[in-house]
Amino acid sequence: MHSPETQTVVQESLLRWIVLLPLLGAAINGLLNRRLPRAAAGAVACGAVGLSFVLSVVAFLRLAALPAGERLLADIVAPWLGYGPLRVDIGFALDPLSAVMALVVTGVGLLIHIYSLGYMSHDKGFQRFFTYLNLFIFSMMTLVLGENLLMLFVGWEGVGLCSYLLISFWFNEEANAAAGKKAFIVNRVGDFGFLIGTFLLGVTLLPHLEPGEGLFSFRVMQHHAHVLAPVATVIGLLLFVGATGKSAQIPLYIWLPDAMAGPTPVSALIHAATMVTAGVYMIARMNFVYVLAPTAMEVVTIVGAATAVLAATIATTQNDIKRVLAYSTVSQLGYMVMACGLGAFAAGIFHVMTHAFFKALLFLGSGSVIHAMSGEQDMRVMGGLAKKLPITFWTFLAGTFAIAGVFPLAGFFSKDEILWKAFSSDGGGVALWLVAFLVAGLTAFYMMRLVVLTFHGTNRASQEVRHHIHESPLSMTLPLVVLAVLSVAGGWIGWPAFLGGSNHFEHWLAPVFADGGHGAAAAAHHGGEALAHGAAAAHGAADHAGDHGHVALERGLAAASLAWGLLGLSLGYLVYSRRTKVADTMRGLAGGWPYRILLNKYYVDEAYDGAIIRPGFRFSRTVLWKGVDAGVIDGLLVNGSALVVAVIGSLLRLLQNGLVRFYAWSFTVGVAVFVVYLSLKG
Amino acid sequence: MTVTLNHCLGLAAVIFVTGMAGFIVRRNAIVMLMCIELMLSAVNIVFAAFARQHADAGGHVFVLMNFAVAAAEAAIGLAILVEIYRRRRTVDVDELKTLME
Repeated sequence: MHSPETQTVVQESLLRWIVLLPLLGAAINGLLNRRLPRAAAGAVACGAVGLSFVLSVVAFLRLAALPAGERLLADIVAPWLGYGPLRVDIGFALDPLSAVMALVVTGVGLLIHIYSLGYMSHDKGFQRFFTYLNLFIFSMMTLVLGENLLMLFVGWEGVGLCSYLLISFWFNEEANAAAGKKAFIVNRVGDFGFLIGTFLLGVTLLPHLEPGEGLFSFRVMQHHAHVLAPVATVIGLLLFVGATGKSAQIPLYIWLPDAMAGPTPVSALIHAATMVTAGVYMIARMNFVYVLAPTAMEVVTIVGAATAVLAATIATTQNDIKRVLAYSTVSQLGYMVMACGLGAFAAGIFHVMTHAFFKALLFLGSGSVIHAMSGEQDMRVMGGLAKKLPITFWTFLAGTFAIAGVFPLAGFFSKDEILWKAFSSDGGGVALWLVAFLVAGLTAFYMMRLVVLTFHGTNRASQEVRHHIHESPLSMTLPLVVLAVLSVAGGWIGWPAFLGGSNHFEHWLAPVFADGGHGAAAAAHHGGEALAHGAAAAHGAADHAGDHGHVALERGLAAASLAWGLLGLSLGYLVYSRRTKVADTMRGLAGGWPYRILLNKYYVDEAYDGAIIRPGFRFSRTVLWKGVDAGVIDGLLVNGSALVVAVIGSLLRLLQNGLVRFYAWSFTVGVAVFVVYLSLKG
Repeated sequence: MTVTLNHCLGLAAVIFVTGMAGFIVRRNAIVMLMCIELMLSAVNIVFAAFARQHADAGGHVFVLMNFAVAAAEAAIGLAILVEIYRRRRTVDVDELKTLME
């Protein structure tokens, strides 16, 4: 690390192995492919991630052993770019924030690898699948542990690639390939914004660097954050465009529901637990920029809240079990982004972690259900699975209660903290709290609907499918149980002060985000805009239990949200198990229009199709293809130059008539003309 | 009357133009070779005339060299013509245009 700060940095070459081991696993599986027996391929993949997880734990323990203010391990592997003052290293860094992410990614990743051993055991592409999974873990760890913004971007693109490869894993069906393409292209749109933001950041920062400082290194950027103040809003918004792509926010969330085309472990790993949190992680990582840009923060908040509402309402009407979970993911990501927008980065990351536990659990549970139902994903033909799949049912129920925010499960703590920040932060207020509150109720409702339709009542599948229903093998149920335990207990490390805890989680992250506030204060000191809001927001993030005078209010709000969540759960249970007529009535409400709009996801895909894709195709076909390509390039440039050469050639060939006497005549005339010219010239 | 430089140059010009005109208008390759010899002879006359004018033996050296070149050229040219005649039964250059274009 190259920072002038007095803070000592401990070199820890363990970090590179956390990242490289999964790459090694991917290389072994990818190069040997089918020559490797399935058992060996599975062992290599799981072993690589398992070792990576163990090393993450070791690194975490070493980090935790350091004093709170000095928690930073770094591993600079090699210089990457070095042109004059521009310097970027290939390196990794572990601080409290990336430690949390590293543990979640490798931990949940390991469980999902183990689950995949069972889920994919009959698949022809077994080795290929594990190659991609390992490659994904490698990319995600590069993203999380990257020491600078460019390393983060390498991982950022890597997870995008793996996402594409895994969504269209069963590429024989065109719909899957199309879903993969959609994910990749939509993400590219976001990445474009991200890159522009990165360039702007680099150009702004470069003149202010001291010799030896890495340009995009997070510590260096944080140290010099004050020079970014004039362009912080633009940078914040551009980077956020990237985040809307990766973390599926309006307007780029459309790829995530389609991403369910991939195998279910992929949905669990990439599209619920880890990759989609990259945007949230990036915003939290760049907190020192965002606290300088109140406008950008406001946009982040509003987009997050709007996404949460939009996706939650859509989730209430979908019939595909994975699609409900997908929209639920989009909605929960909206929560996290909203928390970051409010400056409550720790709350956002806390929800990233708890959500990783219960959403991975829910997705893997749904995978177990789909496995039992011979590949069926439509909840309308499910039902009554509780008795046949007891482990899946009970773990799924734990995940449902966790996401619904039932005390004392994991979701309660993280969601309640976000709700409280929505209420109490300077950027929030009663209106924002109400929106988030509404979403919490909706979440409980649609999750209970899912549980009832899937596990309750009698099975509605065909005789043949019903005959095959069986509980999944141990390799699949074991991760479910572990994740269920985490979904129940994982939130306790963030037990808030108003309930007599001490919120270890927020204390753990405090140094990372406290520096953001420090940067804002420095900016104000440097005569930039006052930015009181940003500084206050960062202060809010670093401030732990909030004002003591608010404890009663906080308790009241928590009780309200708990009651509201329970109400949503009960309503979901009643409507879909006892009073199915109510559901029919709701569907027929107002001529059935609200239901149809929700069922068709607000016609957003159709709107994109009409507003962008079709005009894009038309423009490409008429202007770009027939006009530019066929007309200008093929017609004018290629055929035009050929035509000129041909005309000149057909004139010149007249001279080559093979008559020696004609040549002699030309020669003579030429000499005569030359002589005359010379003599006239004198 | 003495022979001056101009007399020599005039004679040379007449011979050279005769050779040149013959080379252009005649179609018989043997005649064309003879015309080339005419042009070379005209050049030799010019060399010799200027050698005398400047009292410099360099011109005579070139005349001798030209003889050698002309002899070689005539030998090779006639050999080619004999071979062409054997194959094509003609030495009419207007019919020998296989290499056109």
